[in-house]
Amino acid sequence: MMKRLLTSAACAAIALAAPAAAQDVAIVNATVASGDGSEPVAGSRVIVRNGTVSVVGPNAPVPANIPTIDAGGAFVTPGIVAAVTDLGLYDVGAVGASNDKSAGDARFNAALDVAPAINPSSQHVKVSRAGGVTRALVTPSHGNSLFAGQGAVIDLGADANAVMQARAFQLVDLGETGARLSGGSRTAAYVELENALREARAFAAGSWEGGEALLTRSDAAALVPVINGSQQLYVEVERAADIRNVLGLKRTYLKLDLVLVGASEGWLVASEIAAARVPVIADALDDLPASFEQLGATQSNVGRMAAAGVKVAIGRMSGGTDGHPRSAAQFAGNLVALGKVPGASGLSWGQAFATISSIPAEIAGHGGKFGVLKAGAIGDVVIWDGDPLEVDSVPSRVFIAGIEQPLDNHQSELAKRYLDLDESQLPKAYDW
Amino acid sequence: MFLPDTVRLPRAKALLMCMGGAFALSACTAAGSGEGSLKSASAADTGDTRTEFLGEDGNVPFPSTYRAYPGADTLIIPTTVFDGAGGRIDNGWVHFRDGKIVAVGGPTTAPPEVANVVDGSDKFVTPGIIDIHSHLGDYPSPSVPAHGDGNEATSPTTPDVWTEHSVWPQDPGFSRAMANGGITSLQILPGSANLMGGRSVTLKNVPSRTVQGMKFPGAPYGFKMACGENPKRVYGGRGRKPSTRMGNFAVNRQTWLDAIAYGENDDAKRDLGKETLVGVLDGDILVHNHCYRADEMALVMDMAKEMGYKVSAFHHAVEAYKIGDLLRENGVCSAIWADWYGFKMESYDGIPQNAAYLQREGACVVIHSDDENSIQRLNQEAAKAQAAGARMGVNISDADVISWITLNAAKAMGIDDMTGSLEPGKMADVVLWNGDPLSVYSRPEKVWVDGALLYDANDPKRRPVSDFELGQPGAGDVK
Repeated sequence: MMKRLLTSAACAAIALAAPAAAQDVAIVNATVASGDGSEPVAGSRVIVRNGTVSVVGPNAPVPANIPTIDAGGAFVTPGIVAAVTDLGLYDVGAVGASNDKSAGDARFNAALDVAPAINPSSQHVKVSRAGGVTRALVTPSHGNSLFAGQGAVIDLGADANAVMQARAFQLVDLGETGARLSGGSRTAAYVELENALREARAFAAGSWEGGEALLTRSDAAALVPVINGSQQLYVEVERAADIRNVLGLKRTYLKLDLVLVGASEGWLVASEIAAARVPVIADALDDLPASFEQLGATQSNVGRMAAAGVKVAIGRMSGGTDGHPRSAAQFAGNLVALGKVPGASGLSWGQAFATISSIPAEIAGHGGKFGVLKAGAIGDVVIWDGDPLEVDSVPSRVFIAGIEQPLDNHQSELAKRYLDLDESQLPKAYDW
Repeated sequence: MFLPDTVRLPRAKALLMCMGGAFALSACTAAGSGEGSLKSASAADTGDTRTEFLGEDGNVPFPSTYRAYPGADTLIIPTTVFDGAGGRIDNGWVHFRDGKIVAVGGPTTAPPEVANVVDGSDKFVTPGIIDIHSHLGDYPSPSVPAHGDGNEATSPTTPDVWTEHSVWPQDPGFSRAMANGGITSLQILPGSANLMGGRSVTLKNVPSRTVQGMKFPGAPYGFKMACGENPKRVYGGRGRKPSTRMGNFAVNRQTWLDAIAYGENDDAKRDLGKETLVGVLDGDILVHNHCYRADEMALVMDMAKEMGYKVSAFHHAVEAYKIGDLLRENGVCSAIWADWYGFKMESYDGIPQNAAYLQREGACVVIHSDDENSIQRLNQEAAKAQAAGARMGVNISDADVISWITLNAAKAMGIDDMTGSLEPGKMADVVLWNGDPLSVYSRPEKVWVDGALLYDANDPKRRPVSDFELGQPGAGDVK
């Protein structure tokens, strides 16, 4: 019985995984928000050829003989890019066997690589896709070291090939978490960091001595691309003083390609962050002194950093929605809401949408390739049933690399089954 | 990204709770408390000193010392009014004086002559928002171990503990809930580590030096219970009963039987836990039961019938939509998130249509937060839940959706005769929103509690700043 079930499930998976061909599609009569920070343009068009955006604009020529969608004035945007998420790494958070976010008992840390753990069929991937999320920067969580391991850039397409870029970045925590995992103090975290980078340098130079080393061979090797700048280093940090320290690392390690993650007190050092040209993936709405490293947290953090010239995306989606990437649009909408609050610093609609589309793509090194609707970008296109940043809106159609995506999932099937409670003829178990 | 129920703990807090072995449970039970007068009504009714919650000195212990602050005779006009009871008035007005709602009117009703007129053009008025499930104060910010006062996770049943003894009134979260969420009343619950977590306390969201100064006068106490994974994990993990769901029920039922016997024995030595349980059996204390799965909720409702008490609300209730009919028939509210799911096994079947499907069945819906961040956006969460229903053809009016975060919460907390809707004689707990409260783009502009203006977006000094925040980076900043 079990075998039969497994077999049929496997067949279903294969059927679903069969990649559809990249489509050509012309979307006309659309309110196009291109994701680049500009405001939406009504009466515009998006043309996708062979999975790639070919032209965008009110006067874009519509090629003959390609499928055309009249959006009826609906919003059309690039797909949302979820920055710093555990999407695809778990089924149920509290069910350890289904959860690959962290590996506290592992022998390795920096070498950990989320790519093989990504499950493109995860319900959370499906639910996020139905929420308009088409790409994500997936990170591991900290286990036993200030180094969490290597994250990946993925797409959320209903196919077998989720990973777009494996080992895209290394994640390190240089705040309270890093201090704890290093032995109980920031003093230890910085020694751990310096030792690790020194060993990586030695490894790159061929002078690493395993017998004398504190890192495992795999971890030392994994940090080589960090010190030579070919792999980004995402640094989780909140406190203003910690942010200054992290910016200072570039004086010692010239090639570090830094990205700040969190940065609740970034507004206090915004000009320094801007001057260092280090981008930030911020928690959009943190406004509580949740810890002593976040005493200055305010929802105006993103707006103030952006006004100071910092490149800011929003990510993690912590703050009351269980971290689900589909909350990204709501969070961005809240930053627009701040524009009506005296003394607060918010973002324009276009800026806010950019924090969840083009900017995270740029930060990840994929500027112009996704998260934006312009010629040459991958055809990740979402048609919405309302204002994408409004809480009552969801996508009506989603395309990833030009391929229209299914939007069903466990939730949508439950919603259909329980549309009524009628069991007069048969139990609910037969309603599918 | 984390753990369970509730408590969307900030990272530090989640960690601490895990280290403590309790996991992040949360729970809910409610308990209101303190009567305005010293003796409780139930005491007077029954003459039974054990069920009246009287102290050894014959007085209500820890009585509310809350007093409303001064407020002006105020007219908000013209504005769009959601009255909290399912009504909507366009081009309407709201008049309050001496802390009470005097009248609510529409374009065809003459407003009174009042000196303090607030222009509500292009704005909206709702009753103060009520969160039926909060841990502000018992898991306050900063969420350091020294502040983890929500779970007395040393025994599966701790009906003797009272949440008010854990609430830190300087939690900065209270001010955020007011300024960003328009919260004027809230129930603080013990966590969900235990089957019986203790009494809750209902507060006015008005800063005070003491918890007594926040206690909602006349609110009944609540009692927090929890089904499912949390109690069996916490105690089973220590090799103790309960380690299974059947163990959960066995412990609960025996505890109720012991309480019934206690209530029948006039000579029994005073027992704080059993006093609370007898208060529940007498209907003076309202049960707030953390419970996710539909099948478990059905079992709990039968247990309540067997033992002779009533569940006021199931909290978290992610599967309530599967039994909307049963919940309606039993008169039990469902206090739920809009769309949380998937963080633990018993939350796997959560769907965003939960609230709308319950309303479709005529069951009582309350949107709750269980979270110091989400409490700032209950209006948005309600709007999300409404939209999810509409996409499946279950349409619910904006005015009814507002009742999910106002009057329905008040009903389940037993304070609906005092607040929760804009009706003459009720407390003037009022929010003026700078736009449609069901839009992501709207925020409270002014918040009144008992007629006193306690938040004004246009006046930086009319914004509470807790002791903890003074002298810290960004003290008094917009948050």
